[in-house]
Amino acid sequence: MGGGHGSSVDRLHLAGDTIIHRLAPHVKIVATFAFVISVAISPRQRVEVFAVAFACVLTLIMVARIPLRVWLARCAVILPFMTMAVLVPFVGGGEQTEVLGVSLSTDGLWAAFNIAAKALIGASASIVLAATTPVTGLLEGFARLRVPRVLISIVAFMIRYLDLLVAQLGRMRTAMVARAHDPRWLWQAKPIASSAGALFVRSYERGERVHQAMLARGYTGVMPDLVEQSRPRSDWWAAIVVPAPVVAVLVLGLL
Amino acid sequence: MSCAPLSVDGLCFTYPGEHHRALDGFGLQVAAGERVAVLGPNGSGKTTFVMHLNGLHQLQQGAITIGDLEMCDDNLAEIRRRVGAVFQDADDQLFMPSVRADVAFGPANLGVPKAERDAIVERALTQVGAMDLIDRTPHHLSGGEKRRVAIATVLAMDPHMLVLDEPTSGLDPFGRRELADLLVSLPQTQLVVTHDLPFALQICPRSVVVSGGRVVADGPTAEVLADTALLEENRLELPYGFDPSRV
Repeated sequence: MGGGHGSSVDRLHLAGDTIIHRLAPHVKIVATFAFVISVAISPRQRVEVFAVAFACVLTLIMVARIPLRVWLARCAVILPFMTMAVLVPFVGGGEQTEVLGVSLSTDGLWAAFNIAAKALIGASASIVLAATTPVTGLLEGFARLRVPRVLISIVAFMIRYLDLLVAQLGRMRTAMVARAHDPRWLWQAKPIASSAGALFVRSYERGERVHQAMLARGYTGVMPDLVEQSRPRSDWWAAIVVPAPVVAVLVLGLL
Repeated sequence: MSCAPLSVDGLCFTYPGEHHRALDGFGLQVAAGERVAVLGPNGSGKTTFVMHLNGLHQLQQGAITIGDLEMCDDNLAEIRRRVGAVFQDADDQLFMPSVRADVAFGPANLGVPKAERDAIVERALTQVGAMDLIDRTPHHLSGGEKRRVAIATVLAMDPHMLVLDEPTSGLDPFGRRELADLLVSLPQTQLVVTHDLPFALQICPRSVVVSGGRVVADGPTAEVLADTALLEENRLELPYGFDPSRV
């Protein structure tokens, strides 16, 4: 179930055999969640908490052998938030601070730092999780954490058919381009809108056919529990170790 | 593993909201272990018939018996176990995140305990020569591999009868030959619905021609394919240069 193969969902996973790769998926999910929550609830003035959290994330990235280039490239998802963060000090009110001859809102600067730090650390933690766990592993992990089976099935079906859908969209676009459709302006968007409609209808029909195929194999409306019980390991220490430094610094400051 | 005879009598079916009968007095008798090709043009009712064999269409008129079981709501679960339907688009049939989970789906629905399921999955995949694909993701498989895994998903339910809808569509000649070898090696009663007349001749000793929702011809495949008037009447055509009498 390695990465590559050109599938859009499996591409996030980087095959490897580090200690983080080997952890049970459900433990990794809990560890990531606990870590991100403890960062998210930290007050913005507690710079030392963010420093420790950032150091933790960097350590995880090193241990998981995720290339820094890959990490930085994937961090691009937080760019929209960063743009927001940059704007806040300029529009913020209250006390002003002089930075390089420009008068900026102190409160705004803190808000910008808050957004930037939490987004960067949170995204990085998720990147570690996604890069070290195959998609099927994540589904297994959520199943083990007692996430309702119907939700897991919905995600599993989405992942299974996403690539087919993207491929179909690609073929429809090729067909449009082959007939000289070259949209540049908003009023030329009509074919795109109607192809989205066609895609919806095709997906709906496929859904019907898949449902019939399921019925033919005895489906009664409840997804069978197919989670592999092959790894009954308890790696729960990881769920404590990962968020521990952040929580420790956070609590020490409150005393 | 066992195989069951099939008996279909006077099957009629009209899709909701339509007047045209998709099936109009469809009748067919198949002996246990027989392999029969179902030939016919597009829209002749072949797929509607396939849906009936698995209880995916409600019976409107007529009767279907598989082995000693008559098609009715009470027998539906058992009939779906006994009749393995392999659909035209393998992507519709393989919907789980891994080949292993997909083949296990049927047995799990039948309530087979986890401990026995692994052995069943491995046996079914070995039977179709796809054991090496067990941990792969279905969307990474080639057309031929998908088809074999799709057949494994129904073999895992220990069916008495296989119904294959256009099994050679989208296969390259090599994959098509592998499929022929596989189907001939399986002991179950088989109905092979196809446009691929040489394929029918290769693996099915008997063929029926379906047109207008009923069986219009029934006989040894070589004889059916030699009847040019019959073929033309039913929009069936042999590939250029193919002579069934010289195979």
